[in-house]
Amino acid sequence: MEQKKKSTSGRMKKLLRGDGLTYFAVTAAFLVMTLLNQNGMLKRSVAGLLVPICCYMSLAVSLNLTVGILGELSLGHAGFMCVGAFSAVVVSGYFSELVPNPAFRLAAAMIAGAVCAAVIGVLVGMPVLKLHGDYLAIVTLAFGQIIKEVVGCLFVGYDSKGMHMVLNLRGGKTLEDLHLQEGGTAIIKGAQGAVGTETIATFTAGFVLVILTLVVVLNLMHSRHGRAIMALRDNLVAAESVGINTTRYKLKAFVLSAALAGAAGALYGLNYSSLQSAKFDFNTSILILVFVVLGGLGNIRGSLISAAALTVLPELLREFDQYWKLVYALVLIAVMLASNNQHVKSTVDRLRSRFRLKKEAA
Amino acid sequence: MEFLAYLISGISLGSVYAIIALGYTMVYGIAKMLNFAHGDVIMVGGYISFCAMQSLGFSAFPSVLLAMLVCTMLGVVIEALAYKPLRSAAPLAVLITAIGVSNLLQNAAMLIWKAAPRVYTPVVSGSMQLFDGKLKVSYISLLTIAACLVIMAALMLFTGKTRIGKAMRACAEDRGAAELMGINVNATVSLTFAIGSGLAAIAGVLLCSFSGTLMPTTGSMPGIKAFTAAVFGGIGSIPGAFLGGLLLGVIESLAQAYITSTMANSIVFCVLIAVLLVRPAGLLGKYVPEKV
Repeated sequence: MEQKKKSTSGRMKKLLRGDGLTYFAVTAAFLVMTLLNQNGMLKRSVAGLLVPICCYMSLAVSLNLTVGILGELSLGHAGFMCVGAFSAVVVSGYFSELVPNPAFRLAAAMIAGAVCAAVIGVLVGMPVLKLHGDYLAIVTLAFGQIIKEVVGCLFVGYDSKGMHMVLNLRGGKTLEDLHLQEGGTAIIKGAQGAVGTETIATFTAGFVLVILTLVVVLNLMHSRHGRAIMALRDNLVAAESVGINTTRYKLKAFVLSAALAGAAGALYGLNYSSLQSAKFDFNTSILILVFVVLGGLGNIRGSLISAAALTVLPELLREFDQYWKLVYALVLIAVMLASNNQHVKSTVDRLRSRFRLKKEAA
Repeated sequence: MEFLAYLISGISLGSVYAIIALGYTMVYGIAKMLNFAHGDVIMVGGYISFCAMQSLGFSAFPSVLLAMLVCTMLGVVIEALAYKPLRSAAPLAVLITAIGVSNLLQNAAMLIWKAAPRVYTPVVSGSMQLFDGKLKVSYISLLTIAACLVIMAALMLFTGKTRIGKAMRACAEDRGAAELMGINVNATVSLTFAIGSGLAAIAGVLLCSFSGTLMPTTGSMPGIKAFTAAVFGGIGSIPGAFLGGLLLGVIESLAQAYITSTMANSIVFCVLIAVLLVRPAGLLGKYVPEKV
């Protein structure tokens, strides 16, 4: 009995050490970057990447929830990001006079973004999660494209009478069709997107977002629900036969992932004064998927590292001038080939075990 | 009459999708991977034929042959360098590699041929007047439809009757068992990539003749659409890819004409989702229940 208790608490400690390390590393990185930024030691281009890095980290962790922990391939994550971004822009614009404090407004906008994305997540997830594998992947891809196109045809504005919204179905509509009164403001202008958004996103908000995402996902992983979700990934039939409600847990993970993506999208949307829905296309979904796969499926810390590294990498590759994208693609292929190569794997394992032996000897 | 015109343009657009989807579906069936670089092979085919016609002064037919030759070699090389080492890796690793290859091809094309769109002269020009000139059908649409039918029939015969085709089907069914029966799996997979890429070159020429422009990102949207078409018809099935591509083209063309000009793609994707909800394995796909 005594022994069992000890081993459980030992496992807890080990788990917490892993998670604690993640939180510590993120906090330390945030503090260092803030210090560097305040002292003007960061290049302008890198300083401008701080908020997007936080967004991508959070997006990668949330997609890892679907792909790594639930085990279903999603190719439409940017769609949820898009919903979050544009609903946040609308909320932030609408409340710009009512709530002058940008921090409160940002928080409200991010919550709104998360809620809207979660609602869309439920709508998408309910029918879609019956499918499997590549069929599920193509349907999430389809939903991502639909969301992008619908938002690209949307006109939203407000005046003293409240919100106005028009969907430009036949391509002939303009801002006039919103019928805004004198003094009204248009927030989203169709294909032009959201122009003139007040950029209220801050690095601190990004840090809070990443920490919140981590708390949600890591706690979920260690909870009963998380174990149920991972059981679905490992063996659907076995999980079902021990009484796990597959649809419910799948939907739970999917919607949670959508909501987190919505919050990250909200922060992303409020970081740029001009934003088009075309930004959230298939390539962006793929970009986030690349972060997740390179970081390791189900490996949260890996997602964080690869999201940060691959967002900064293009900046570093600028010295290759026009060839940087080519180099980026080559690096991607090389990393995938190397990480799946038996020789490389065994070498890494050998080095790791040698390192461990040395540590034990010391 | 207007409806007929839209229908014909839809069918010919659908035929292009079908040709791309045939390549997609064959590669998927045998390698069980989503080859996202397929769309970019189309673009390469377009550029090769463009250069052959513009710079080398070839006429239409030899330039199409040249494009096919280059794309076939490109497909085999890509398979050997990027996909073969990952034969036993996780499917997602192969998917990401395919995306890497797609980026590589697009950016290489951007460096070689520059990002600005080129004007592509159709391989066949002119059009046929029907019903006293009320209905105009361009020869290129007729050629596309004919090419699609021929390719589909040839592929059906090839996979159904020939020895190599049967080997292909065996590999698609169960790779391990096929290997035990003495089928050279690696050679069969390479051959599949060669056929798929050759088809992509034809699709590239037809697509560019159809739209009249060519740029490094030309292939990506048709690639996604063809992937959709292949899934629509039941991925891995040759008649399914044909049917899926055709339906997709017709739906897109009619939706663009009668419902919405800005969101035709959304309508296409909505139909796809609806079909998959009713038939989870696509129109002609075989539903394989999981055995315990």
